[in-house]
Amino acid sequence: MRRILLLLILLLLSATPTARAQDAFTAALAGLSGGYGAQAEAVERLGALGDPRALPILQALAEGHLQKRADGAFLVEQGGTVREAVSGAAATAGETIRINNRVRAALRGALGRLQLVAPEAAQRLTAADALFRSRDAANIPPLEQALARETAPGVRDRLALALAATRLGAPDAAAKRQGIELLAESGSAEARAALLEARAANPDLAGEIDAAVAAIDRQLELRRIAETVFQGLSLGSILLLAALGLAVTFGVMGVINMAHGEMVMLGAYTTVVVQEALRGIPWLLPWSLPLSVPAAFLVTAAVGVALERGLIRHLYGRPLETLLMTFGVGMILQQTVRLIFGAQNQEVTSPTWMQGTLTLPGGVIVTQNRLWIILFGLLVLALTIAAIRFTRFGLEMRAVVQNRRIASTMGIRTGRVDAMTFAFGSGIAGMAGVALSQIDNVSPNLGTGYIIDSFMVVVFGGVGSLAGTMIGAFTLGLVNKLLEPWAGAVLAKIAVLVGIMLFIQRRPKGLFALKGRAAEP
Amino acid sequence: MSATVTGAPRLRPSRALILRGLLLAGLALLALLPVLNRLPADSALYVSDFVVSVSGKWICYAVLALAIDLAWGYAGILSLGHGAFFALGGYAMGMHLMRLIGPRGVYGNPILPDFMVFLGWKELPWYWWGFSSFPFALLMALVVPGLLAGVVGYLAFRSRITGVYFSIITQAMTYALMLAFFRNDMGFGGNNGFTDFKELLGLPLNTAEARAALFYAALAVLAGALWLCRHITRSKLGRVLVAVRDAESRVRFLGYDTTHVKLAVFVLSAMLAGLAGALYVPLTGIINPGEFSPGNSIEAVIWVAVGGRGTLAGALLGAFTVNAVKTWLTSFAPDLWLFVLGGLFIAVTLFLPRGLVGLLHKGEGR
Repeated sequence: MRRILLLLILLLLSATPTARAQDAFTAALAGLSGGYGAQAEAVERLGALGDPRALPILQALAEGHLQKRADGAFLVEQGGTVREAVSGAAATAGETIRINNRVRAALRGALGRLQLVAPEAAQRLTAADALFRSRDAANIPPLEQALARETAPGVRDRLALALAATRLGAPDAAAKRQGIELLAESGSAEARAALLEARAANPDLAGEIDAAVAAIDRQLELRRIAETVFQGLSLGSILLLAALGLAVTFGVMGVINMAHGEMVMLGAYTTVVVQEALRGIPWLLPWSLPLSVPAAFLVTAAVGVALERGLIRHLYGRPLETLLMTFGVGMILQQTVRLIFGAQNQEVTSPTWMQGTLTLPGGVIVTQNRLWIILFGLLVLALTIAAIRFTRFGLEMRAVVQNRRIASTMGIRTGRVDAMTFAFGSGIAGMAGVALSQIDNVSPNLGTGYIIDSFMVVVFGGVGSLAGTMIGAFTLGLVNKLLEPWAGAVLAKIAVLVGIMLFIQRRPKGLFALKGRAAEP
Repeated sequence: MSATVTGAPRLRPSRALILRGLLLAGLALLALLPVLNRLPADSALYVSDFVVSVSGKWICYAVLALAIDLAWGYAGILSLGHGAFFALGGYAMGMHLMRLIGPRGVYGNPILPDFMVFLGWKELPWYWWGFSSFPFALLMALVVPGLLAGVVGYLAFRSRITGVYFSIITQAMTYALMLAFFRNDMGFGGNNGFTDFKELLGLPLNTAEARAALFYAALAVLAGALWLCRHITRSKLGRVLVAVRDAESRVRFLGYDTTHVKLAVFVLSAMLAGLAGALYVPLTGIINPGEFSPGNSIEAVIWVAVGGRGTLAGALLGAFTVNAVKTWLTSFAPDLWLFVLGGLFIAVTLFLPRGLVGLLHKGEGR
């Protein structure tokens, strides 16, 4: 009994205003079928009512998809099917309603206001941006209301900005000052444009506007620098990944492996194969990229073992011959992959958590996949250092590098350690290939673009020093990206190559030369 | 310096004679090709235009191989950037050929080459001045590669950058040049390079006479280069070079200025490569930045390795053999060629360190 009473009260409370709004809504809606003047008036009334049901109808009107039937009912045509605008029931097509520029102008304002009260945050965000651009003083009260209601922080910021920009056009001087301050804080290029636009109309506020524009310029400059640094770090992490394997095979073992780039390429192709293999297992598919990392390591490590045991070990002590021979191996690997997979680029899909961009505090925008690659590069570096420092294999490897014969007398099977070390370096190259498959074209000649850069990084950082390789990679990445804005991508690359050649003049052993006994061959 | 330095062991006189005889016979046979080309097409000895132009190209490659052999085989300097010197020489000659096109280009501009008109350039850049003169262009084909080799070599040898480090630096050099020449605003035709040449020294290029003339010019250059290299390697300088290759520090301690010896041979080698490039461009009718690609340089190195480094005959033998196989194979099984080339790299380094010429040494004490 009590429940029924409660329900009745609720019904009464809710039905009364709705019924009234219903009347006003239907009354206003009827005007849409009249002449252009009546249409514009109806659009304005619908916008003022703030009824969310008006939004799809007005959007359809703006896009020329609103139709009227002989009985006065409105129909919305969407993707070939026609439905009744209010009830949503299927219907046959009617006559399309035409609009003129006056109606369009009314529609812009009304749509903006309606979207401001829309339940979806995305709609409200679009409305805030639209109102920011229109800068009509009439929008101030609805914007203030919307700002008071708004809870989503992202939308709040945009609304505040739209309000500030709109206030610049209002007659109230205090409101204008407030608006200028808010715009200066936002630091966006749009706010800068709004300020410059308002400067001519407000000569009395010119000083404040100039100061605000200068503040925005400083912020924009800082952001640009931050983004350049991020790009530099991103390039550096790519160089690091490509060079780390080489730092092990060339830096630690002293083996010139010109097929290193092809190991990276094999890693990228392993990613493709793993992705294709998992197509049949939908629940595993999103994890294909993380699963590719160990797979690529194993595949390239196996190729590395075969290469070292089969060919390279016969040429120890003859670096120039090793260089030529491994170049031939690289050619054969490339051609094999080309024959199996074709010369065209392979499709590698990015998992959703790697897509899109991320806005850091201060408005710096970074792409997710680049961020992940930086993290991955550092992770691989940490794992490599840990493997060399803290494992039995690492210990044996260092022993063999320092003194092969004594290591051998201690019972270390040096041949096996050589094979393992080479496999380890090749495996790292394979993991680099997984990362590169996300940002570069996966084609048979993927590796050729990285081999020279990788050697430069290792030589620059100091042969035999992993920390040097890391610092070398990030330095080269940053210098490259900092030079790019005023030299262009190609000249920046050439400048870096020339710079390394000159640098080696002063420090022939690289940034972090090994000292003492380890430096002697 | 009367003590013999360790190097390639001298062949027994009879075998050396056989090798030299074969070489001279081969060159004489080559010299006959343009003559045979003039025979009626149904004659049994007729040689097609294709064979003449292809063997003309091979002669240029042989000069390049000699240049690499002089630096690598004798002085132990493995340059992976000789393709760049070759291409620079080619570009110098290409610039001359472009200037000679004159108003016959698509846009009919008497001064500017077509690509400059296309890019909206108003006047000839300063570095194009003088290239309308043939002697100047030929001089530049020698000077530019020589200068580049001088700078790179001086910087590298002075700080004792040797072995693979030097190889990688020269590879980076040709890579950087390739990137640079691909740019349109460098003024060298971007990725299209130069082509559509009309004449050289008043001779229209697409005639049989021009082909024969260029062929004999290339052959003369090859003979001259062979004579020069032979002269150098047999001189005292040649013996110092071999000594530097085998024990550089010992030679330095003996009081020789190894930096300048190496620099001299490297510059000379680069100039020879530039000359080969300058001959190559009118023969093939095109030059583009692809010639700078690191793969080209390393492929040229493998010719020398296949033939046998440290012997001049080996360089020639390698250049002709590998390119003959390449031309033959790419015509009917292009997919196979890269396997064969890659296999050559492996087989030569593992099983034939002295190359084909080394096969003659079999049975002789080392």
